[in-house]
Amino acid sequence: MIDIFDIMGPIMVGPSSSHTAGAVRIGRMARTLLGDTPVKAAIHLHGSFATTGVGHGTDKALVAGLLGMPPDDLDIPLSFDIAAEKGLKFTFDEIDLRDAHPNSVRMELTGENSRRLSIQACSTGGGRILVTRLDGIHVSFTGDYHTLIIENMDNRGNLADVTTALALAGVNVANMSMNRSSKGGNAMMIIETDDPVPDYIVQLIERQPGILQVIHYRRES
Amino acid sequence: MNLDSMSDILSAARQEGKAFWEIVLETDMKNRGVSRMDSLHKMAEAWHAMREASQVYTGERRSVSGLVGGQGKLMRDYASEKTPIGGDFVAQVIAEALSMGESNACMRRIVAAPTAGACGVLPAVLIPLYWQDNLTEEQMLEALFTASGIGAVIAYRACISGAAGGCQAEIGSASAMAAGALVYLRKGTETQMCHAVAMALKNLLGLVCDPVAGLVEVPCVKRNVIGAVNAITAADMALAGIESCIPVDEVIDAMGEVGRRLPVEFRETALGGLAATPTGKAVKKNLHGGRKKRTLTIKDARWKLEKSESGEVVLSAPGAT
Ligand code: SF4
Repeated sequence: MIDIFDIMGPIMVGPSSSHTAGAVRIGRMARTLLGDTPVKAAIHLHGSFATTGVGHGTDKALVAGLLGMPPDDLDIPLSFDIAAEKGLKFTFDEIDLRDAHPNSVRMELTGENSRRLSIQACSTGGGRILVTRLDGIHVSFTGDYHTLIIENMDNRGNLADVTTALALAGVNVANMSMNRSSKGGNAMMIIETDDPVPDYIVQLIERQPGILQVIHYRRES
Repeated sequence: MNLDSMSDILSAARQEGKAFWEIVLETDMKNRGVSRMDSLHKMAEAWHAMREASQVYTGERRSVSGLVGGQGKLMRDYASEKTPIGGDFVAQVIAEALSMGESNACMRRIVAAPTAGACGVLPAVLIPLYWQDNLTEEQMLEALFTASGIGAVIAYRACISGAAGGCQAEIGSASAMAAGALVYLRKGTETQMCHAVAMALKNLLGLVCDPVAGLVEVPCVKRNVIGAVNAITAADMALAGIESCIPVDEVIDAMGEVGRRLPVEFRETALGGLAATPTGKAVKKNLHGGRKKRTLTIKDARWKLEKSESGEVVLSAPGAT
């Protein structure tokens, strides 16, 4: 179903919804998923992001997003200077991600509280994005829904704990998926919901045995 | 209601005794689970962002490549000092389309409608008409809902990106949306609105996407002008009672078909058309070759910022000195 505000919008800083606005959203999503203020970022550009990225301000846009700016922030063109002020150090290089979407980027982030995250995402057009890998695990979510990202130890029963907690809170699940790096290794649950998940439920889930980390991404309207 | 056919939306509107734009508004409320106020408010944000972008334009900025900047100002000055061939209104429309396209290329805030490259078409016709006809804010929002509904149908049946369907899908779609909005604002019938959409899209059918050096600058900024002026002509024809022989949904389907069959060189890859001309290639070469002037290294980051001859600061790949 087409959202009419994807037609009349987004309100954004130019020049390209895929190469600029989408890139800002990827940076912003990465910051949220890191759950920390990024201080170090190794940014690897793939495909069209690598070849026409500079002309479209993709580089500035990604850094702006990492700094938490929204896609319509007029400071996006100045993001490198702002990053220097705020102590975010970053590097750019090109990468060949094989059959990834042409507008893809992979980033390794470190936060001020030493949190780390490796994320791969692509900009699919019109400012929409898709996160495709988190810490090496295949995932697939867009940020169009409220999203719970739960890292767990691939134990029996974790999924049941989580869905029970959501049912208790009356939260309706729109989509969900679970992927793991290897059998018995860490797994990643991605749960997209129609309503935001209340904080106490997020904390409840976090306290369950076998759950390593819970990040709640709130959809931006 | 799925916004997937102009004729379906029209018959739903007739059955329920509502306007086209209201069906679009109600669809949005249902889709996103929001109130009528929320939906109207979000559309008002888009309208205000368009007007603000127009107001803050100075013409002083230059794009990353230096190819674009100042054209809107030249046109504004010309319109106020000379006698434009197409009259004052058209001159304002041209100036507005250029200013908005330029603002996009220069990393200013715009409203993608339906894309960033085509962001100038709708405001270029709506803002001058708003002033000329003394329209109300409500009317403008209703016109924008009308345009959004048209765009949604085009996105569903065909496509709205240059990469998928060439420039006919970006500027062509924007022009069709604008034509429909104009007929609405001039109180034409909904049948006339559909004819305007059909005629606007028909007249830009086959337009290729061939951005020089892959940047949304040349020919994009000026294509916003043809999108806007084309919308006016289509709306005027429809209001005069002229009809499109091919029904609107079929025209949209035809645009989709032409888009799918366009060679990849003409779909945003910068491999054909204007991008592949000797001058277009030279621009690209200079862009990538003319960088190494002065090297600024910030802190201990591995990337470098360099100042090119045109005075633009650009980023160089790590390892390059
Ligand atoms: S030429 Fe291509 S990039 Fe430029 S406005 Fe048209 S569709 Fe968009």
